[in-house]
Amino acid sequence: MYRQLAWRNIWRNPKRTAVILTAVVIGVWSMIFLGGVMAGMYDAMIENQLSALTGHIQIHHPDYRNDPVVEYSINDPAIVANALQRVLPPGAVRADRVRVSAIAQNARHSAGITMVGIQPEKEAEISFIGQAVTEGRFIKNEQDDYGIVIGRALAEDFETKIGKKLILMSQGADGEIQSRAFRIVGIYQAQMQATEKAYVFVSLPAAQDMLKMGNAISEVAVLLPDRGATGQVVSALRERLPQNRYEVAGFRELMPLITAQVELWDTFMILWYVVIFVAMGFGITNTILMAVMERIREFGLVKSLGMRPRQIVALVLMEGSLLLALGILIGNLTGFASIWALAQRGIDLSVFAAGAERFSIPRIIYPTIHMSDVIRANLVVLVLGILVSLYPAIRAARITPVEALTKT
Amino acid sequence: MGIDLKIAWRNIWRNRRRSILTILAIAFACLLLVFMLSFQLGSYADMIRFSLRIHTGHLQIKADGYQKDKDIRKVVSDPGAVAEILQAQPGVADYTFRANAFSLLSSHDRTYGVMVSGIDPQREARVTTIKHVIRQGAYLSGGDNNEAIIGNLLAENLKVGAGDEMVLLGQARDGSVAASMLTVTGIFSSGQTDMDRSVALITLDTFDRLYFMRGAVHEVVAVCPALGDVKPAQAAVQKALDGLKTRRHLRVWNWQELIPGLLQGIKIDFFSGIIFYMIMVIVVAFSILNTFLMAVFERTREFGVLLALGVTHGRLTRLLLLESSFLCAVGMVAGITGGALITLYFQQNGIHISGASEILKSYGLPEVLRPRLSWVTIISGPAVVFAVTFLTALYPALRARKLKPAAAMHAA
Repeated sequence: MYRQLAWRNIWRNPKRTAVILTAVVIGVWSMIFLGGVMAGMYDAMIENQLSALTGHIQIHHPDYRNDPVVEYSINDPAIVANALQRVLPPGAVRADRVRVSAIAQNARHSAGITMVGIQPEKEAEISFIGQAVTEGRFIKNEQDDYGIVIGRALAEDFETKIGKKLILMSQGADGEIQSRAFRIVGIYQAQMQATEKAYVFVSLPAAQDMLKMGNAISEVAVLLPDRGATGQVVSALRERLPQNRYEVAGFRELMPLITAQVELWDTFMILWYVVIFVAMGFGITNTILMAVMERIREFGLVKSLGMRPRQIVALVLMEGSLLLALGILIGNLTGFASIWALAQRGIDLSVFAAGAERFSIPRIIYPTIHMSDVIRANLVVLVLGILVSLYPAIRAARITPVEALTKT
Repeated sequence: MGIDLKIAWRNIWRNRRRSILTILAIAFACLLLVFMLSFQLGSYADMIRFSLRIHTGHLQIKADGYQKDKDIRKVVSDPGAVAEILQAQPGVADYTFRANAFSLLSSHDRTYGVMVSGIDPQREARVTTIKHVIRQGAYLSGGDNNEAIIGNLLAENLKVGAGDEMVLLGQARDGSVAASMLTVTGIFSSGQTDMDRSVALITLDTFDRLYFMRGAVHEVVAVCPALGDVKPAQAAVQKALDGLKTRRHLRVWNWQELIPGLLQGIKIDFFSGIIFYMIMVIVVAFSILNTFLMAVFERTREFGVLLALGVTHGRLTRLLLLESSFLCAVGMVAGITGGALITLYFQQNGIHISGASEILKSYGLPEVLRPRLSWVTIISGPAVVFAVTFLTALYPALRARKLKPAAAMHAA
């Protein structure tokens, strides 16, 4: 009965209800929509980073991540391969890599780059490079001892093209500077220019041979069928691989900067939810307060007829809750609709490409819905909303029949 | 008019609770806007200063093509002539010369490719802050002395400290080999990862000898007294340079062209901030619209009486707008005062975001953020709030114009 009573009460003044409903709807819509844009942004950031040679899990020599040099390699890849075989769920893929910093040089230019020796077929399943070659060919599986794939930006900087020579120099396992002349067989394009300038790809045997590493590797990268299983697989691997010889790291540890950035923005979004809520909270309290005060006589009457203060509080809270629920419902629907509309084409930040790259924001953001964000936003509004309607509700419960009579 | 003011003021306080809640909503919006705008603009100023003063400067003069491709042969061959031009420019506060070459740097057991820059220690210290970020050892002393200072990340990678020796290997301007022993005299930590990881600084005299530069440099870096002077100074210097007879044409680049990401990144952040603020202001507007609406609708009879007594519709509207303006004004004063006080507090004490220093560094921000209060940040946010509130109040006030005295007096 309360619900029916409350529902009819809020429509006694439709204009007033519509106004405050608009405030709630805009507030909730903005929470859902902007939350969706943010979620789309960091999903893309994480995905970009994962496919940019990170993967879900990596295994290294314990000192490699601090100091990525050839000295800190995994010298017995067979042991790691064995452990992986036992632990990895079906559908997971892995690839071995040599990854060291090197100097690229041609007749006129030189620059510091990262040389990555890859297993082409496996690598294509894990990282972006498999689909990124836009000109020429990818590294071949066998006998590609002198082929190299470089980024478009680097090719432009070096004024070079497919078929030309590129010399790589780096410190070998023996401590001496080793160099080898490669021939450019392919050019790739990446999301970020910085990537195109940073990485060059050669075959794993070519890198091992050049650096005199034998069959040692720098890292093993693993891509799981489901990102959520990362923690589980990491701990299983840690049990099998002695920690003083191998370091197993999940993607959160591998990209601390992006993880921290996402956390910072997350905190910011919660603050934003609260700010928007406070902005509409004043209106909610005020509107319910008005609705209560103009019904003083009515409350006095029902009280003198025997309604308990607790029941009056419940009635007013029910009115507030219905208002909030309606606002949240419409806000969610419009929020989902606008996210869906924008998700088709994405928000294009290409005009600000350089700026976006500086803040590691993707160039095109596709808003997406994270149910946990939506639930969080709705909970903030509902819980705080009921909390602020408590004040007018208690005020209504305190109305005495005498007070009601003296009021015209 | 005087009596109207008094009536409006008293009318507001006929319903204390409602008025206070409305004032609080307006004050909240103003407070937040004053603080947030001060915070954003303060961070931007820090970001620009931090990024520019460490290395880039406001203007750089380079030979055509050098900006895109740092080819050691694309030189400014007569730095003296450029210096004369800069000296004559009131828009240029100071300047310094640099020469750069990508080279190999080896310590006992490590080798890295780095950008080796030759700098004039005295001039550099007047233009950039590099001298003040030496964390270990000493700054370069000047002259041709085979001294080098390197970034802390590079020092870690090379496993060297102050006093250790390194071998430099590169290609000189004439294509010959540039090789020498260098002594690390100091280690700097600029806070910019790129620079700390891959830059070694030696004196310009040493550079000139090792790389066979014959007096030429690669860039002339200038700073202006204020950011506003940069554009005019750039135009003036470019004009003067165009008159210079050199083998390679020289071009002036301003900081926005040198670090294109910086200003764009700031723009992205600023515009997304504006979207957030606009949404908040709109929510506040609807939040308080009810107060204004109710203040009119529940007083229909009263207005009927006033109209019957000869108060014109215009005066009635004015009275209502006066009431809303009062509410708004009180809220604004409270909000601006509160916002300014909070901002000043943090301006003094700084904001520490725990565990975020790496992110801040990647944005080019110092570890402690300071909002900066200015007239712009005090006025612009509340002005928007005032405008929106006034528009909100306009609708109910205009509704009062339609009232007919007799009908209004009979209203419930």
